[in-house]
Amino acid sequence: MAIDKNARYLESHEYAKPEGGNFVIGISDHAQAELGDVVFVELPAVGKTIAKGATFGTIESVKAASDLYMPVSGTVVEVNEAVKNDPALVNKDCFGAGWLIKVAPSNPAEFDSLLDASAYGKAIGEE
Amino acid sequence: MPFIPNTDAERTEMLKTIGVESVEELFSDIPAHLRIQKLDLPDGVSEMEALAALDALAERNAQTTKMDWFVGAGAYNSYIPSLVPALASRGEFLTAYTPYQPEVSQGTLQAIFEYQSMAAKLLGMPVVNASHYDGATALAEAVLMAWKAKEGRNRILLPADLHPEYAKVIATYLTSFDIELARYDGDPERASLDERTAAIVVAYPGFSGEVYPVEKAAARAHAAGALCIVQADPVMCAIFKSPGEQGADIVTAEGQSLGNPLNFGGPYLGMLGTTEALLRRLPGRIAGETKDKEGRRGFVLTLSTREQHIRREKAVSNICSNQGLSMLQTCIYLAALGKQGLRHVAKQSYDKAHYAAELIGRIPGFRVATKQFFREFLVQTPKPAADIARALAKKGIVPGLPVSRYFPDRPNELLMCVTEMNSRPQIERLAIALKEASK
Amino acid sequence: MRDEPLVYELSRPGRIGCTLPRSDVPEYALPEGLVRTELDLPELDELTVVRHFTRLSQKNFSIDTEFYPLGSCTMKYNPKANEAAAAHSGWKNLHPLVEPEHAQGALELLWRLQEALQKIGGFAAASLQPAAGAHGEFSGVLMIHAALKDRGELGRKKMLIPDSAHGTNPASCTMAGFVTQTIPSGPDGNIDIAALRAALDDTVAGIMITNPNTLGLFETNIEEICRLVHEAGGYVYGDGANMNALTGVFKPGSSGIDVMHFNLHKTFSTPHGGGGPGAGMIAANETLAPYLPGPVAVKRGESYRLEMPAKSIGQVKAFYGNFGELVRAYTYLLMTGGNGLRRVAENAVLNANYLKALVEGVYPVPYKRHCMHEFVAKGTIVPGVHTLDIAKRLIDYGFHPPTIYFPLIVQEALMIEPTETESKETLDQYADAMLKIAKEAAEQPELLHDAPHNAPVARLDEVMAARCPILCYRG
Repeated sequence: MAIDKNARYLESHEYAKPEGGNFVIGISDHAQAELGDVVFVELPAVGKTIAKGATFGTIESVKAASDLYMPVSGTVVEVNEAVKNDPALVNKDCFGAGWLIKVAPSNPAEFDSLLDASAYGKAIGEE
Repeated sequence: MPFIPNTDAERTEMLKTIGVESVEELFSDIPAHLRIQKLDLPDGVSEMEALAALDALAERNAQTTKMDWFVGAGAYNSYIPSLVPALASRGEFLTAYTPYQPEVSQGTLQAIFEYQSMAAKLLGMPVVNASHYDGATALAEAVLMAWKAKEGRNRILLPADLHPEYAKVIATYLTSFDIELARYDGDPERASLDERTAAIVVAYPGFSGEVYPVEKAAARAHAAGALCIVQADPVMCAIFKSPGEQGADIVTAEGQSLGNPLNFGGPYLGMLGTTEALLRRLPGRIAGETKDKEGRRGFVLTLSTREQHIRREKAVSNICSNQGLSMLQTCIYLAALGKQGLRHVAKQSYDKAHYAAELIGRIPGFRVATKQFFREFLVQTPKPAADIARALAKKGIVPGLPVSRYFPDRPNELLMCVTEMNSRPQIERLAIALKEASK
Repeated sequence: MRDEPLVYELSRPGRIGCTLPRSDVPEYALPEGLVRTELDLPELDELTVVRHFTRLSQKNFSIDTEFYPLGSCTMKYNPKANEAAAAHSGWKNLHPLVEPEHAQGALELLWRLQEALQKIGGFAAASLQPAAGAHGEFSGVLMIHAALKDRGELGRKKMLIPDSAHGTNPASCTMAGFVTQTIPSGPDGNIDIAALRAALDDTVAGIMITNPNTLGLFETNIEEICRLVHEAGGYVYGDGANMNALTGVFKPGSSGIDVMHFNLHKTFSTPHGGGGPGAGMIAANETLAPYLPGPVAVKRGESYRLEMPAKSIGQVKAFYGNFGELVRAYTYLLMTGGNGLRRVAENAVLNANYLKALVEGVYPVPYKRHCMHEFVAKGTIVPGVHTLDIAKRLIDYGFHPPTIYFPLIVQEALMIEPTETESKETLDQYADAMLKIAKEAAEQPELLHDAPHNAPVARLDEVMAARCPILCYRG
């Protein structure tokens, strides 16, 4: 199970990865494996401001649908159109091409209170 | 015992396998003081006796086949080709369940897909679901769908000329939500929309039979940022422009007259279709095409994440079943009548209704109040419509629905419906009888 | 089995599958601007239509052809007598808006069926208007909403729902404006009473409870649950999907349930029709009876009428219910009778416990109690083999799979409900197949992973269907 060391995580398996002054947000490898083949992703519009812990969209497999929670507060600056057209990207490359949204954070310090790679690994029962 | 095959001897063996002395032991989790030994109901009877009792009850009901029948108002006396019940009553269709195991439900699933395809073409929408309970509940869910899609907008425009039972069902479905239902009169093109309006509902036709075009009303709605919901007569859509081609966002219809018997009000068929943009908000089952592991075409229920068994409290709707067999009957009906046949049925109904209206319009004291109609129209009567109807009943004619049945303050109006089942002699007898009764 | 083309693929221009009499009236012009020029419906001759749908039907499993032990669906035999009764012209050709004096047979049937179901459930009044179980749930939850409104207590926004509940329960709550709170089940498979107590306060509208629950177990504390909820000011909604275990043995109304739905297409043998139509009766005690949806049938002297209950929540569909199904349910009731209904429950429960005894040695059943009319086993027999694989392999043995992956609180669940209409030998054959499949799972798991092998199609790609939905014929 891959755990990107540059990212930090929510217990609900969303990650945030710093990029320039923004954060890239997606779901972890563990999450995509549990979900199974992703068939649909619903993402917010660019410009929307969402608080940490609030839902920013949903991600669906054939048999399940999960809400997506913001790991940090911020305004959406970019949405991954490729994932909307090819949801399988989330399964194939969740930390790379399968990213979901990029946000400009309103409180970058929130990143530090997320689980780091090692803590997240323990939380999901891995090293 | 009917339908219970096991004998006492077999039951004894089974109890031994389980390891108990009696069936009563298996109910030990039920507190003894709550357990009963018998119900206060008569004992069961043989099939022969049961059918005799049922037939005796059935004989006491009026049958449309035994009189000249001119009532519609949400349930239509349409011809059902013999092959429809013959095919739909096959045990493999009748006694199958929801197609959750698609590999052994391809009959049901392909029939759903074919129904969806034909209904989509008929209503002019890209997507139609596998059916809702009836036209009224489909419309209620369409209203909720539009309201949820237009966040921040709380107003729904409903035509005053909507079937009163449909209006009641919508009100029930909206009970717990902060939604304003505003009624508008006449042409939907002139209804007043504002930035609070989530959707306008257009009845195509209205309860009175009045047909207004949808196109401009839909365009106005879109310009105001609202959606256009059209509740349509599906038979009318065979010869009148479909709601979809006129810009409707959601279309609902009552599919009963497409191959389903009157059956005292149910089971009927809620038709519900929408655009690609609103697809994921559409309630109810949907079948989709796919392939199996060996590349064969097959069909499955899909987009299930909208539904209650996956999304639970976040589901688009709580609906679980569809109208399965009623949908199948409509599917077979549409396949059998086809392009020519349905247009033929629709045009005959239209022509017969207009012939009737022409004759009635010539009777002194009677006036056809609907300007543009398909197969139903409102007639103003010189005497209370209920009295006229009573007089005609003695001659085996049911001339229409006295509107006072729903609106006590409208005693001199009759809602008349003419379908392909009404012959010319019947229509002419009707006109003569109306003239007599008005004297 | 051959692939069967779509009706559009069988279409040939100029064909028609039914003829109508020539029109005997003049022709009238259609209104300008509203004329439809193209109608893309297929054109088939009658024989092609007949062959097409006949062949389609042959691709289905059904009760008439296979054992169909879907848990919580009660796939009992659908008597042909029901169909014979419902075919009478006095039902089929009865318009809902005839004058009541010309529908006395229908109104009497409605009334008698209401009365009988009230007696069976132990309730004061009933409405047959809901079109399905979920529709009945929605009605019942709206009734609770209305009663709370009358008490001026709409602050009670929470409905408690056990974690084993069917998805329609929380979905119905949302449609009635409630939020849901889940109550966990305990290790005995029943609602955790301590958790229930902790959740009860003055924001609780009530609880939705299925009894027997979806684990097939009777909620032994049902009286206490009702008492606790009532004391806290809430109402108890009963989901009657599993009533087949209880007819003639236990009346849910006697335990304190305020309002309950029955699924007539489950317990009362009306046909499932490939997914509907259902018929969902809703019944209530004296407290909630005035709120029932309507109109309902009432007896006035010697005749029958339709009336709205005093404080009705209103209509939940047009007209009076799925009346054609009610004719079937009533026929079944006459044939089964009060004495027969008890035999139904006894044999349903006996059959389930017998089947459980035959398979639980191999398929673990998490709850060591007698089950009611159904039981839940786990498909975790061999690592790498899932419940889905077992289900698909059962198809090769000529059985419809049981309900799978429900309830959610049991991992790899197989919910099995044989019903009372199955013979001992059918149950033996089914158990035999399950045990054979368990052996295959250990020795030749590919047989399961690649199943079904003997069905009209192999496993279907549901991912593709969801990613790229094709929802109608595209020519």
